[in-house]
Amino acid sequence: MPFNILVLSCLAYVIFLFAVAWAAERRADRGQLGWLQSPLIYTLSLSIYCTAWTFYGAVGYAARSGLEFLTIYLGPTLVFVGWWWVLRKLVRIGRQQRVTSIADLISSRFGKSNLLGVIVTVIAVVAATPYIALQLQSVTLSFSVFASPTDDGFAPPGTEATAVWVAAGLALFTILFGTRNLDAKEQHHGIVTAIAVEAVVKLVALIAVGVFVVWFMADGPADMIARIDASDIADWNLQPGRWAGLLFAAGAAVICLPRMFQVMVVENADERHLATASWAFPLYLFAMSMFIVPIAVMGLERLPSSANPDMFVLTLPLSEGQGALAMLAFLGGFSSATSMVIVESIALATMVSNHIVMPVWLRLRPAKAVSGDVRRLVLLSRRISIGVVLGLGYAYYRMSGGSAALAAIGLIAFVGVAQFLPAMIFGIFWRGATRIGAALGMSVGFVVWAYTLFLPSFGPDAVIPAMVFVEGPFGIDWLRPRALFGVSTMDPLLHALFWSMTLNTAAFLAGSLFTFPGPVERMQGAAFVRVFDTASGSPRGWERGVAEPEDLLVMSQRIMGDDDALIFFEAEAKGQGKAGYLPDPTSDFMARLERRLAGSVGAATAHAMMSQLAGRATVTVEDLMAVASESAQIMEYSARLESQQEEVTRTARALREANEKLMQLSIQKDAFLSQISHELRTPMTSIRAFSEILTEGDLPPEQVANYGRIIHDEAKRLTRLLDDLLDLSVLENGTVQLNLGLANLSQMIDRALASASHTKPERSFVIFRDLPMENIFIRTDADRLVQVFINLISNARKYCDATAPELRISVRQRGGRVTVDFADNGSGIPKESQALIFEKFARLTDQTRAGGAGLGLAICREVMANLGGTITYLPGQGGAAFRVAVPLRLERKVD
Amino acid sequence: MSQSPRTPPLFLRRASYRQRRRRDAARLLPVVGLFLMLLPVLWAPQDTFRRDTAPDGIYLFVIWAVLIALAMLVSRSLNTADEADDADASPDPGQGT
Repeated sequence: MPFNILVLSCLAYVIFLFAVAWAAERRADRGQLGWLQSPLIYTLSLSIYCTAWTFYGAVGYAARSGLEFLTIYLGPTLVFVGWWWVLRKLVRIGRQQRVTSIADLISSRFGKSNLLGVIVTVIAVVAATPYIALQLQSVTLSFSVFASPTDDGFAPPGTEATAVWVAAGLALFTILFGTRNLDAKEQHHGIVTAIAVEAVVKLVALIAVGVFVVWFMADGPADMIARIDASDIADWNLQPGRWAGLLFAAGAAVICLPRMFQVMVVENADERHLATASWAFPLYLFAMSMFIVPIAVMGLERLPSSANPDMFVLTLPLSEGQGALAMLAFLGGFSSATSMVIVESIALATMVSNHIVMPVWLRLRPAKAVSGDVRRLVLLSRRISIGVVLGLGYAYYRMSGGSAALAAIGLIAFVGVAQFLPAMIFGIFWRGATRIGAALGMSVGFVVWAYTLFLPSFGPDAVIPAMVFVEGPFGIDWLRPRALFGVSTMDPLLHALFWSMTLNTAAFLAGSLFTFPGPVERMQGAAFVRVFDTASGSPRGWERGVAEPEDLLVMSQRIMGDDDALIFFEAEAKGQGKAGYLPDPTSDFMARLERRLAGSVGAATAHAMMSQLAGRATVTVEDLMAVASESAQIMEYSARLESQQEEVTRTARALREANEKLMQLSIQKDAFLSQISHELRTPMTSIRAFSEILTEGDLPPEQVANYGRIIHDEAKRLTRLLDDLLDLSVLENGTVQLNLGLANLSQMIDRALASASHTKPERSFVIFRDLPMENIFIRTDADRLVQVFINLISNARKYCDATAPELRISVRQRGGRVTVDFADNGSGIPKESQALIFEKFARLTDQTRAGGAGLGLAICREVMANLGGTITYLPGQGGAAFRVAVPLRLERKVD
Repeated sequence: MSQSPRTPPLFLRRASYRQRRRRDAARLLPVVGLFLMLLPVLWAPQDTFRRDTAPDGIYLFVIWAVLIALAMLVSRSLNTADEADDADASPDPGQGT
C-alpha cells in the first residue's frame, strides 16, 4: 500500500478518535455522563493492558515459545477473578483518598512521604521507557512492512524518521486531551472513550485475522488443530519456573503498571463496575488470545522463514492479498500502540509533575505556592513530562537498536513495575509496613532489576562492559548480572524476577520490622488497611484557626480553578451553617480541602502546600491515642458506657419503684377519701331524713321517740367513726401519748372479755384460757393493749359463724416478747383477703356491717406499732386466728 | 470509636449466611484458577515427545472459559449486596444468640 495513503488513513483514524474524544468531553461537560460511565466503557478502557505487544508480539511469542504467551493473560485473569481480595480494596482506597497515581497511593499510604513518591516515579518512568519504545518499534515496524514506495517517488522515510513522527504525533494527542483537566479525579472522559473505541478496533481486527486464518486459510477448527500438530511449535516447552514466574509477573504488572492503575483506580467512576470487569476483562483477554496460536502456526507454515513472526498479523493477510483485512490489522496494531502510549504518558506525567516538579518548585519558591498560578505550572509540567516520557521511549528505541523481540522488552517492564508490589500489597493489608521499609524494598528491588535485567538488555558493552557478564564487577564472581550469588542455571528473566522480588521483599520486611512509623504514617496506615471499616480515614492534623480562610481560598483557586474552588468553599461554609464563601478553618474542613487538593496535585504536594499556610500539621494527643491504643480505648470507652448504662438502669429502677409507691399511696388516699365520705354520708342521710320527718310534726309520740332514737344512734355512730378516725390519725402520726405501767396480762384479758361481751350478747361463747401462763406482768400501756384485745374478741363474736362458737386464748412468752393468740372455730378468713384485713375500711362481708366502720383492725395495727409489737393473722388454726406480740418491757422511745 | 466492640453473632440470617459464602467463593476463585493453571507443570510437556500444544492449549482455554463463567456468576450475586457491609452482622432472630 502506498505510503502516503497509509499515512492518510492513519491521520483519518486519529481525526476520528479526536472526534470521539471531543464528543465524549462535550457530553461530560454537559453532565450527560450516561454510558460514558458504564461498566462496558470501564472494561474496554482496561484493555490498554493489551498493547501492540499483545497485538503483534503475542503471535511472535507463540511462534517462538508455544503456549507460554498465555501466562501474560492468565496472570491478570487470576487477579481480576480474585478482585475481592486486592482490586476492590485498591479501588475503594483510591476513591476515598482521591489517589492520582500509583506513586500517590504509595506515598500517601506511608505518611504522604515525598521520598517514596520520587522513588516510585523514577522506577515507573524507567520501567515504562522500554515499554513505550516497544510501541514505537511496533508501529514503525508495521509501517515498514506495510508501506511500499509510490510511483511518483514519494518514498517512505526511514524507520527512525517514522518513529520520531509517531512519537511526536502521540505526544500532541496526549497533551491535547490528557492535560485539559487538572483534577485527576475529574477523569479524562474523552481519552477513556477514545481508548474504549480503540479497544473495540483492536479486538475486531485480531478476531477478523483469526477468523480469516481458521476458516478461510484452514478448513475450520479441526483442520487447524491438525496443522498445529504438524507445525514447529507442536510440542511446546513448558518450563515450570518460567510458567509460574510469568504468571506472577503478569499478575503483578496488571496492578502495578502506571497506566493500568490509571484506568483501573483513578478513572474508576463506580466501584460496581469492578464487579463486571472481574469477568468481562478476562473475557476480553480470552478473545484476544484465542487466535494467537492459529495465526502463529499459519505464519510459520506459509511465510518464508526470514519473516519476522512479530508481524505475522500484518504480513499473513498481505501475503494472501487481503489488503482490506491487512489495513484493519494495521489499524488494530496502531490502536493498541497509541492507546497504551497515551494513557501511560498521562499517568507518568501526573506522577512526574506531582512528585518531582511540584515539590522542587515548592522548595525553591515557597512564597509563590500560594499566590502564583499553580494551575498553569502543573499543566505545563505535565505537558513537558509527556514530551520527556515519549522522548525517553524514543531514545531507548534508538539505543536498543529496535531489534530485540517485542516480548522480551515487555517482560523487562513487567518485572520493573513488579517492584511496587510488596510496598503496595503489604501497605494495604499490614499496618506495620513503614516508610523506611517501603523505600528500602523498592530501592533494592529497582537496583537489582536494573543491574540484572534492564541494563543488560542494551547488550554487552552498551552500559555494562562485557567483562562484567563473564567475571563479575571488579572480578567478584558472585555479582555477575546474570548469575547473582552464583545462581547461573536460571533463565535470565526468571533470575532477575526471583532475586529482585526476594531482596525487595526481604528489605521491605526488615525495614518495616526495625523502624518506627511517624504519627501521620500510622494514621494513614490505619486508614488504608481498614478502609472498609471506617467511613473516612483521613488524619485530622490541622490546627484550628491558624490559616486564614481567605488565603486558603486564594490557594485553592490557583489549583482547582476559580469556579470549582468557590463552589467547594461555599458548600463547606453552608455545611458549617455560615453564609458566604469563607468557612471556618476547622480541622475537618482543612482535611477535606487537603484531600480535594490531593486530587489535583497528589497527597504529598497538597500536604506541603497546606503546610505553607497552616503551619506544620500537628497530630493531637487524641489522634495519637486513636492510633496507638485504639482497641484499648474502645474497650475503656465501652466499659465506661456499660457502667454508665448500669447506673442509669439502677436509677431508672429506683425511680420506677418510687413512682409505683407514690401511685399506690395516691390510690390509697383516694380510696380512703371516698370511703370516708361514704361512711359519713350513710348516717348523715338517715339523720337528715328522720329530722325532716320530725320537723313536719303531726306524728304519734312513740314514732317521734323512735325517730329520735334512730337519730341519736346514727349521731353516736358518726361520733364513733370520727373518734376512730381521730384515733387512727393520732396513732399513725406517732404522736400518741402512752401511759406506761406494769399490768397483769390475765387481768387485761378479763377486762377485754367483760367489755366485749356487750357485742352480740345473745351469742354464748366458750372461752378456753390458760390462766397460769397468763399470769405475766408486762410493762406497757394497758388501756391501749386492752383496746386491741377487745377489738379482736368482739370481732370473733361478730364474725365467727360456727354453731357452737368457741374462742381459744393462748399466751406464750419467748425471749423478751409475749404473744397472745386469739383463735376461734369459725370458717376463718380466705387467703386472698388476709393481706387486706388490716387496711382501713376493709370489711370482708356486708352482712354484719352494723358493727363498725371497718377501722378496728387498722387501729389495732397502729396501736401495736406504737406499743412496739405486732399483730398478725395466723393462718391454719382451724378458724380466724390473730397473734398479738408485745415486748415484755416497753421502754419509752423519747424520754 | 463510635461503636463499642460487640460479640459477633453466632447464627446469621439465611440471606446473610449465603452472602458470606458467596464472598468466600469470590475469594476462593483465584486459588482454584491458580491450581488449574499450574497443573500443566505436572504433566511436564517439555519431557515428552507427544504433540502437546493443541491439547494443552484446549485445556487452558477451557479452564479459562470456566473461570470467566464462574467469576460472572459470583460477581453477579455479590454485586447487589456489595454495599451492605454491615447487614451481614445482624443475627438470626429465629435462632437466637
